[in-house]
Amino acid sequence: MQELSMNILDIAENSVAANATLVQITLNGQTAQKLLTLTIQDNGKGMSQELVQRVTDPFCTSRTTRKVGLGLPFLKMAAQLTGGDMYIQSTVGVGTCVTATFTLGHIDLMPLGDVAGTVTTLIQCNPQVDFIYTLTVNSQSFCTDTRQLREILGDVPLSTPQVALFIKEYIEENSAELYTGLLNI
Amino acid sequence: MKSLQELAAIRDKMKQTVNTRDTAHDGIRVVVGMATCGIAAGARPVLNAFTEEVARRDLHHVLVTQTGCIGICQYEPVVEIYDRDGTKTTYVKMTPDKVAKVVGDHIVGGTPVTEYTIGSTTK
Repeated sequence: MQELSMNILDIAENSVAANATLVQITLNGQTAQKLLTLTIQDNGKGMSQELVQRVTDPFCTSRTTRKVGLGLPFLKMAAQLTGGDMYIQSTVGVGTCVTATFTLGHIDLMPLGDVAGTVTTLIQCNPQVDFIYTLTVNSQSFCTDTRQLREILGDVPLSTPQVALFIKEYIEENSAELYTGLLNI
Repeated sequence: MKSLQELAAIRDKMKQTVNTRDTAHDGIRVVVGMATCGIAAGARPVLNAFTEEVARRDLHHVLVTQTGCIGICQYEPVVEIYDRDGTKTTYVKMTPDKVAKVVGDHIVGGTPVTEYTIGSTTK
């Protein structure tokens, strides 16, 4: 993966595959502590403790087309390369929360990349799922919640390309200033 | 800066033109492989480019969506286009640059772009 936003998309797709109806993606950057925390929390089917132990093994996967599953190992590697780490908390029937920490300003920290593109792709391709994306940098936040978007849209689906394009530009424009703050370390 | 008021305007416009929910499935489907293999190869910018091109041309009855691993990871990003009659065309090693031509020639014009398809790659 060339950007963290791609890891975010990949891990959030796991939540969708686990039949989640609500997926919360949060990115929290605290420049004074040089800490970036990513959490992807869902209310999907969850995993047994035994499976939680195995999922970061590249040879553990739920897919049937290949014997390897690289999503979580890639995220763990990306976090550890910066001196951070990745944790998984999961309860069967309740959901899963993946947390990854990164050191801001670390030479091996991948660029965040197009997070707006990631969030839009998730919303557009999984109109049956609600997503909440929250970006926090120091004390400032921006949040998008599909439940609010649905209220405005009424019968018009979130998968409509014209709607998806708006969502992408809306997130991009409203998070641009926060991203700049993230780079000022 | 964009605000949610603009979304209400888009909703009203979409409602006027067609009832999108009823017709989306009768239209053309653009399906992008979005498993780890596809994502790592650059599937998301391809999906975003299809969405943008379809929206900018103001096309209706076109659904841009995703699927999991199609099983031909070496050809990712893979895009399958299902025409109204159910015919499937598989485009391989797609890039955002190729999207405008596929939308123009195939989705609007009805003629698949043969040079980007899996058939011409494996020859």
